[in-house]
Amino acid sequence: MRNAELNEMSYLTRSTISLDALLAEVSSAACGGTCVFLGTVRDGPDEHGVTAIEYSAYEEMVEAEFARLVADADARWPEARIAVRHRLGTIPSGEASIAIAVAAPHRAEAFEACRFVIEEVKRRIPVWKKELRVDGSEVWVDPTGRPTSSPPVPLSATRRGGTHD
Amino acid sequence: MTVTGTGTATIRVRLFARYAELVGRTEAAVSVALPATVGDVVRRLRDEVPQARALPERPLAAVNLRQVKLDARVQDGDEVALLPPIAGG
Repeated sequence: MRNAELNEMSYLTRSTISLDALLAEVSSAACGGTCVFLGTVRDGPDEHGVTAIEYSAYEEMVEAEFARLVADADARWPEARIAVRHRLGTIPSGEASIAIAVAAPHRAEAFEACRFVIEEVKRRIPVWKKELRVDGSEVWVDPTGRPTSSPPVPLSATRRGGTHD
Repeated sequence: MTVTGTGTATIRVRLFARYAELVGRTEAAVSVALPATVGDVVRRLRDEVPQARALPERPLAAVNLRQVKLDARVQDGDEVALLPPIAGG
């Protein structure tokens, strides 16, 4: 169930992520430093021609786990204001799949809390991605390094995803 | 601490991403005799659904939207999700 039904904010979107909206959520006169992290779909030299990544999720758990993750960050940096959005669906190379904005009274907390959130996302948020490549092949990305491609795809290593590390 | 019941529990199992593709479905209902663990649910799924043999024996799992270890107990009506390696962000 999407939180939109409850008229609450959802951590997920299927549209382009609005950085303005995220910044507006964390904006406060009491905060002198704001840190923004954008994770974008990468097509670098190691990516075998990634045209897009298809993101899917266990959506109900993503919402619940994001709420717990942000609560954990709030407990560690009580003065920080945190907003995060993860995009799902097919995201072309170069576009953002995740955006995190953290505002805090001072820059150190903003940087630390922002880093904490993205690292915890990588560990805890049940989202999966399938690389869509220019040669027409599709490969599930497995950050643990075990091969996951369902069709036989010549790929020496699947550990490098098509997004930021 | 909830007292673990006896009898039979019906568990809704959900599959995602590559696991859903391997098994050819996104969910299944399995019955297990209580007391039972998430690991028992995985074993039952692998026994009852032929394509589920393709799943790892010890996948990452969640019960009712929380990650758990495979020795976590399940109750009637629980939702068990089998999660491929998380690749978010």
